Amino acid sequence: MPTTTSTPATGRGTVAASPGSFLQGFDWRRYIIYIGFALVFVAFAVTLGDDGFLTANNLLNIVRQSAIIAIIAVGVTYVIACAEIDLSVGSTAGLASVVTAMAISDYGLVAGIVAGLLVGVVVGSINGALVSLLNIPSFLVTLGMLGIAVGIAQWITQSAPQPILDPTYNLVFGGGNFGPVPGLLGWMAIVVVIGAVGLAKTRFGRKVLATGGNRMAAEFTGINTRRIKFQVLVISSVLAALAGMLYAGRLESGRFQWGSGDELSAIAAVILGGTSLFGGAGSVVGTLVGALLIGLINNGLVLAGLDTSQQQVVRGVIIILAVALARRK
Amino acid sequence: MSHVNESHSDVGHATVDVPAVRMRAIHKSFDGVPVLKDVDFEVRPGEVHALAGGNGAGKSTLMKILQGVYSKDSGAIEVDGRAVALSSTHDARAVGIGMVFQEFSLVPTLTVAQNIFLGVEPLASGLIRDREAVARSREVFARMEVDVDPEATLGQLGTAYWQLTEIAKALAQDARILIMDEPTASLAKHEADTLFDLVGRLKARGISVIYISHRMDEVFRIADRITILRDGRCLLTEALSDLTPAQVVEGIVGQQMDGELEYRLRAAHSGSADSTGAAAVPVIELRGVTAGPRVQDISFSIGRGEIVGVAGLMGSGRTELARALFGIDPITSGEVLIRGRAVKLANPRTSIAAGIAMIPEDRRAQGLVLDHSVRDNLLLPLLGRFRRGPLVDDRAARTAARELIQRFRIKVADDSRAVRRLSGGNQQKVVIAKWLGTDPAVLLMDEPTAGVDIGTKTEILETIRALADEGMAVLVISSEYSELLAVSDRVVVLRDGKVHRVLARADIPDEQSLQLSVQGA
Repeated sequence: MPTTTSTPATGRGTVAASPGSFLQGFDWRRYIIYIGFALVFVAFAVTLGDDGFLTANNLLNIVRQSAIIAIIAVGVTYVIACAEIDLSVGSTAGLASVVTAMAISDYGLVAGIVAGLLVGVVVGSINGALVSLLNIPSFLVTLGMLGIAVGIAQWITQSAPQPILDPTYNLVFGGGNFGPVPGLLGWMAIVVVIGAVGLAKTRFGRKVLATGGNRMAAEFTGINTRRIKFQVLVISSVLAALAGMLYAGRLESGRFQWGSGDELSAIAAVILGGTSLFGGAGSVVGTLVGALLIGLINNGLVLAGLDTSQQQVVRGVIIILAVALARRK
Repeated sequence: MSHVNESHSDVGHATVDVPAVRMRAIHKSFDGVPVLKDVDFEVRPGEVHALAGGNGAGKSTLMKILQGVYSKDSGAIEVDGRAVALSSTHDARAVGIGMVFQEFSLVPTLTVAQNIFLGVEPLASGLIRDREAVARSREVFARMEVDVDPEATLGQLGTAYWQLTEIAKALAQDARILIMDEPTASLAKHEADTLFDLVGRLKARGISVIYISHRMDEVFRIADRITILRDGRCLLTEALSDLTPAQVVEGIVGQQMDGELEYRLRAAHSGSADSTGAAAVPVIELRGVTAGPRVQDISFSIGRGEIVGVAGLMGSGRTELARALFGIDPITSGEVLIRGRAVKLANPRTSIAAGIAMIPEDRRAQGLVLDHSVRDNLLLPLLGRFRRGPLVDDRAARTAARELIQRFRIKVADDSRAVRRLSGGNQQKVVIAKWLGTDPAVLLMDEPTAGVDIGTKTEILETIRALADEGMAVLVISSEYSELLAVSDRVVVLRDGKVHRVLARADIPDEQSLQLSVQGA
C-alpha cells in the first residue's frame, strides 16, 4: 500500500493550509458590510457631529427605524440564501397590520395577535405551495402576491386606517420598552438571534444553504428541497406579518400602507449583508448590519438637510456602490 | 458517534466468499423499451470492478438502480449476502453504497467539512457542531492520506479536491462500496495518479470500487475484474489479467462499427495537395502563437480541404489552443495568418469576421440556447443576413433554417421545437449546422462527438469529411484517438502547451502508436 501523502492539483486550487496562505486567502469582500458600516458611521460622525448625529437619542432612533426592516430582512435572508425571492413581504406587513387591528377591535387582544400571525402563515403557505409544488418562479408568485395582499388590505378596510385602542397591544408591539430597551429593539434582537443561530447552526439552516447553493446536490444528499423552499417562504411571510403588527403597535393603527416598499429595503439589506443573490451563502448578522447601514444612511441624509428627492438619489448610489463592492466574482 | 472509526474494524468480517454486492437477473424498461435484460453483476469485497459498455449499453441505468435512483422491474439485489430493497438513495447509503458522481453533487458555497456532513451533521442539543465535523473530516482525509483543508470553501478549490471531498463524504458515511463514474474525466494526469493511489488504499481497506471508465489504460491499471454490458445485456465478467485491451474494446464496441471509424483518403484533400503542391497558401497558419501558460509557441498550418487533428492529454493545451484561435483568450505573441494575411483575433467577433468558426466542447453551455427553438438557434449567427429594413425577414430565415436541418440530417419534426428536447447527438448537429451557416474558411471543433451515441458519431465524422471536401480547413480536437485517426490527415501532438510532434496520417500505424506519442514514450 502506497504511503505517500500526495496533494493533487498543484497549481490549481490552493488550499489554505498554513497560516501564511490563509492570510493570502483572506476574503475582505466578506467583511465589506462591516467596513462600509464603520466608514459611513465615521463619515457621518465627523461631518454631522454638530447636528446631533452622535447623541444617544439619535443613535437609538436609527436602531428603532431600522428594527422593522431588519425583522423583515431576516426572513428574506432565508429566502435569498435558498435562491428564491420574496417580493410580497411589504404588502404582507400591511395586510397583517389591518387584520390585527380589525380583529382586536372585534374579538380582543389574543384574537388579534393570532389573526395577524395567521396572515403570515396563510400568505407564506400560498407562496410556498405555488413555488414548490407548481414550480412557478418565486419572483412571479410573490410579485402577484404583492398586489393581492395590499389589495385585500385596502379592500377590507375601504382604505380607512383601523385604530387600535388596546393599550397592552400598543405597549408590547412596538410602543413600549423592555426595561430600558425600546420594545422594537427587543423584538429585533429576538428575531436576529434566532434567525442567526437557525441559519448558521441548525440542520435546517444548512439545508437552506445547500438547496440554494446546488439544488441537485441537495436532492442527491436526501434533502427535500421542495419542503425547504416552502418553509423559507412561510418564515419570510410570518416575519413580515410580525413586522406589520409592530408597525400597527407603534403607530396605534393598522393601515394598508404600512410596509409599502419595505421589500426593496429588506432585499437591499440582505444583499448588503453579504447574502448571495444566487443563493447558497447567507448571514443573518450581516443582514442586521445591512439594515442598520440603510437606517444610518437615511438618518444621516435627513440630518444633513437633504430633501426627500435628494435622499433617494444618494441612498440609491450608496446601495449600488456597496453591492458592487461586495459582489463575489 | 464514531462512524468514521468503525469502518476500520468492519473490514475483517466480510469474507471473500460473500460478494459485497450481488445483482441478479435485473430487468428494467423505460416506456416499454427494455434497457436492462437479465443482467447479473457481482462485486467482491476489496475489489476494483470495472463496468464498461458503450453509450446506451445500460451502465448508468444499472448503477442508478444500485443507488436507489431507479427501481428495478425484476431481479434481486444483495449486499454482503443480505437481500436489500433499494427504493431511495437513502436506502442505498444506509447499506453502505456511496457514489462519486460524474457531475459532482456538492454545494460550492459550503466548506469541505460542511459538504461531507451535509444532512448528517454532528449535533449537540440541536445545534450543529462544526468543529467536530471539521475534526472528523480531517480524520477521513488522514485515512485517505490526502491533504485537504476541511474548512476551505469548496467553490474556491479545484476539481480534484471536489472529487476527494466526494469520496470523503461517502467514506464518512461508512460507504463500503464506492461507485466512481468516469472519475478522471476532469483531472490532470498527476491528479489522476493520486486518485489511483487512493483507490489502491481503499481496496486495501476492504472497500469495493465499481469503476466506470472508457479509458482502457486506467481500467487495466487499477481494476481486478471487468463486466462489459452491451445492448442491456451482460456480455462478460472476467478477470482483467485474462483479457487483452483489444478484447475489451471489441466487447464494448462490437464488430459492426469498425469500418465507420476507419480513415479514408479523401479525393479533395489528396487532389489539392497533389495539384497545387507546397506552393498553395494555407487557409490558416499559426506562427509561434502563445496565449497563456498552456499555449506556447505553437506553429502549424492547415491547407484547403485538410483536416488536422489535435491530440494531447488533459491539460496539454488542446482546448486552450482553440480558445485562443477563436479570440476568447488573448494571443500574447506570435501571429495567425488566414489565407496568407495576418489577422488580429481580439474577440470571437473578429475571429468570426476572419472566417473562423468554433464548435465548443461544452455545447450545452457554450453553443446553444437550450430553451430556444432549433430554428432560432440555427439562425443566431446569421441574423444580420435576413434583414428587411430593420426587421428580420422571417420567410427567408425559415427557408435557410430548413435547408440546414436537411443538410445535416437533424432529426426534428418541427423546427420550432426547443433544442432542449433533442437528443445529444442532434443537439451537436444543431451546433455544427449553426456555425456552418456562416460559411467559415476554418472550422475549429473541440471534442465534436463527446456524449453522442456511436451512430451519431459516425454521422458527425462523415459531416466533418464532407466539409473538408468542400474546401474548409478543419481542426479537430479530441481525446478519442480512434476518432482522430478516422478523420485527420495530419495529427498535431501537444504536450505541456507546446507542439510535441506533427504526424502525417500515413505515419501513424494504429491507435497505440498515437497514444504512445501523446503519452511521451
